[in-house]
Amino acid sequence: MTGVALSTAGLALLVWWLMAIAGGANAYADFIKAATHPIGLVVLVGLTWAFCQHLLSGVRHLVMDSGAGFELQTNKRFAVLTMAGSLVLTLLIWVPALGLRP
Amino acid sequence: MSRGDSATALGKVQGLGSAREGGGHWLSERVSSAALLLLGAWLIASLFFLPALDQPTLAEWLAAPSGAVPMALLVVTAFIHALDGMTVVVDDYVHDEGNRFALNTLLLFLAIGGGSLALFAIGRIAFGGAA
Repeated sequence: MTGVALSTAGLALLVWWLMAIAGGANAYADFIKAATHPIGLVVLVGLTWAFCQHLLSGVRHLVMDSGAGFELQTNKRFAVLTMAGSLVLTLLIWVPALGLRP
Repeated sequence: MSRGDSATALGKVQGLGSAREGGGHWLSERVSSAALLLLGAWLIASLFFLPALDQPTLAEWLAAPSGAVPMALLVVTAFIHALDGMTVVVDDYVHDEGNRFALNTLLLFLAIGGGSLALFAIGRIAFGGAA
């Protein structure tokens, strides 16, 4: 799920962002206008969470590919940790970015 | 690891592994994920340490080799990784062989098209043309 979101919306956004930088100050202003629209922010925060969750879950699976962590309790603990971790990372990125004071 | 010989050494010894070429795809997903771990960390750290996130600052960052090269690598690796992953989704959920082939071909075109567009943008920033 996170991978599908990142492959579609995430990569489209990456391409749009790079094209906007290449397009000059006006093109970039249009991008920022869309990105800072409330809907744009929801998409950006959602994609940030998807990225963090995908990254942490990916690392978990790389560890599991080595044959480690298959005990039921260990496996469950790491799975829960990736979800908690992705929320923490998303907050760490967006709380300062939005200038919020926790 | 050659094409058509895609079981890992361990898989061969154990008599396990894919019947055809799945092992290469499996490895490609993981190798690209390791690369994206490094490149993703680079991107986030770069954005964090840039003095500003306005267009001139970003364009200057991506015009330098230290910005343009990792960004180009990130784009290529991300599209390869996305194509690997989306292909697995299509292979798992689209059961009609014709539809599966059509969708996978569409995904391939989209990945190459999107990646090329991103590389063009980086090239334009790095080699002039952008303000």
